[in-house]
Amino acid sequence: MEENRRKEILGLLQTNARYTPQQIAVMLNMEPADVEQAIREMEEEGLIIGYHALVNWNKISSENVIALIEVKVSPQRDVGFDAVAERIARFPEVRTMRLMSGTYDLAVEVHGRTMQDVAFFVATRLATIEGVVSTTTHFVLKSYKEHGILLERKEEGAARLVVSP
Amino acid sequence: MKAAEEFLNPVVRAIPPSGIRRFFDLAAEMKGVISLGVGEPDFVTPWRIREACIYALEKGYTMYTSNLGLKELREEIARYLSQAFRLRYNAEKEILVTVGVSEALDLALRALVAPGDEVLIPEPTYVSYIPCTLFAGGVPVPLPTRMENGFRISAAQVEKAITPKTKVLLLAYPNNPTGAVLNRQELEDIAAVVREHDLVVVSDEIYAQLTYEGEHVSIARLPGMRERTVVLQGFSKAFAMTGWRLGYAAGNEAFIGAMTKIHQYTMLCAPITAQMAAIEALRNGLGEMRQMVRQYNYRRRLVVNAFKELGLPCVEPGGAFYAFPSIRHTGLSAEEFCERLLREERVAVVPGTAFGPSGEGFIRCSYAASVANLTEAFRRMGNFLQRLRKPASASVLRA
Repeated sequence: MEENRRKEILGLLQTNARYTPQQIAVMLNMEPADVEQAIREMEEEGLIIGYHALVNWNKISSENVIALIEVKVSPQRDVGFDAVAERIARFPEVRTMRLMSGTYDLAVEVHGRTMQDVAFFVATRLATIEGVVSTTTHFVLKSYKEHGILLERKEEGAARLVVSP
Repeated sequence: MKAAEEFLNPVVRAIPPSGIRRFFDLAAEMKGVISLGVGEPDFVTPWRIREACIYALEKGYTMYTSNLGLKELREEIARYLSQAFRLRYNAEKEILVTVGVSEALDLALRALVAPGDEVLIPEPTYVSYIPCTLFAGGVPVPLPTRMENGFRISAAQVEKAITPKTKVLLLAYPNNPTGAVLNRQELEDIAAVVREHDLVVVSDEIYAQLTYEGEHVSIARLPGMRERTVVLQGFSKAFAMTGWRLGYAAGNEAFIGAMTKIHQYTMLCAPITAQMAAIEALRNGLGEMRQMVRQYNYRRRLVVNAFKELGLPCVEPGGAFYAFPSIRHTGLSAEEFCERLLREERVAVVPGTAFGPSGEGFIRCSYAASVANLTEAFRRMGNFLQRLRKPASASVLRA
């Protein structure tokens, strides 16, 4: 399938992962079977690596703590930051992780049930890994936007008229 | 004293209220209505544009502007028309910023039409073309179009309707309510007739950016047409700015000058905050605009396909955000169909007759609605059509 078609399918799935192949087929003027096959192929190729619900955790009182941790690492010969990074990334507590330019090396997003959980993880697991020079932990107080979508859109509730010219 | 009614201008008295109005009143009383009756985007104006307006207010931009509109905005419009549609106009003298395309249309007709002049108007027509022609003292001459021709007018049809009194051809493509577009060849043929009979074209291109296949061609771009065309454009549809009321007209100095005269005595100028926002829209808002157009295009395909599955014949709309399917085979009139669909299934669509007699047998469905709402609306419409096909069992159910 041509690249543009695949990109269009990916774009649609990114706006709404629950679009059915049938709906996508209609929207892109394609056959549902072709869409289904393209999606399967892209999953196999690792182009699509998961489907997520975008949850507004602010609305749920359950304990869920997010921390952004700046990690300084001493790079190793041949592998640079990758060996240490991979060790850190494997922990299930780590949800997102990126290598950064600037004053620190790794930006690690850690989720935990309580602040103690996160603190404990950082102190006993993350900071003790060989090659980790220092950590700075920032707790997230509130999320306003995730994946390009505003979590609270109070100002956009104004209703249109039911019929207009 | 005479009755209040009798004081009214007979022209105004004779014009019935918009056919859409009745449906609005009906639907307004109901709850849980899914509306495909709306002629405006379901998006909120992109944030950067709203933010520019807030900033303008904070900075104290609360005064009149020049009658023509802010110079900065006119320069942006000139640049945009040139880049997007290859239309070249002088920002100083050939562009007028108006309170929506609605005002621009009224100005154009009043500036061009003398009492008794005939104005050719393709039909089904947007609700205000005929009344505005009448307000200007003109004589509207509808050019009925048919589904079989994709609701497009032809050069031959224009030629046939021309009389010594004909002055203006009002074009509106992409079209509301049918979604029809004219291709370059069709426009060239029409332009030849217009030149031959020395007519003027008022070209309402408010849906120009919402052209889904190929590029939008303005008739003003064709040889010998720039001098006899007023192009009307605006921000409402493409930038989701309906409530801002901001449009513009582009044309030769004489046309724009005459329109400006009327504008300066009746409206003075468009609101400055909306003009400030529009500058931002043209400078930095094109990306957001394209995103919205893509969404409409997806929904367009969804809608055309859904009508096909429901067995309602529908010309594939090439522009705007309306589909105009035929409901003739149901045996109901457009009004009956819409009223029953609204009462029984809570789906609001607009009867084709709101856009003139040749709209009988059709309904206008706007697809400026979310995919979820469209899907649900079509499910309900399916139920409705199924009941129509089995009137006997339906009456048993009701009994």
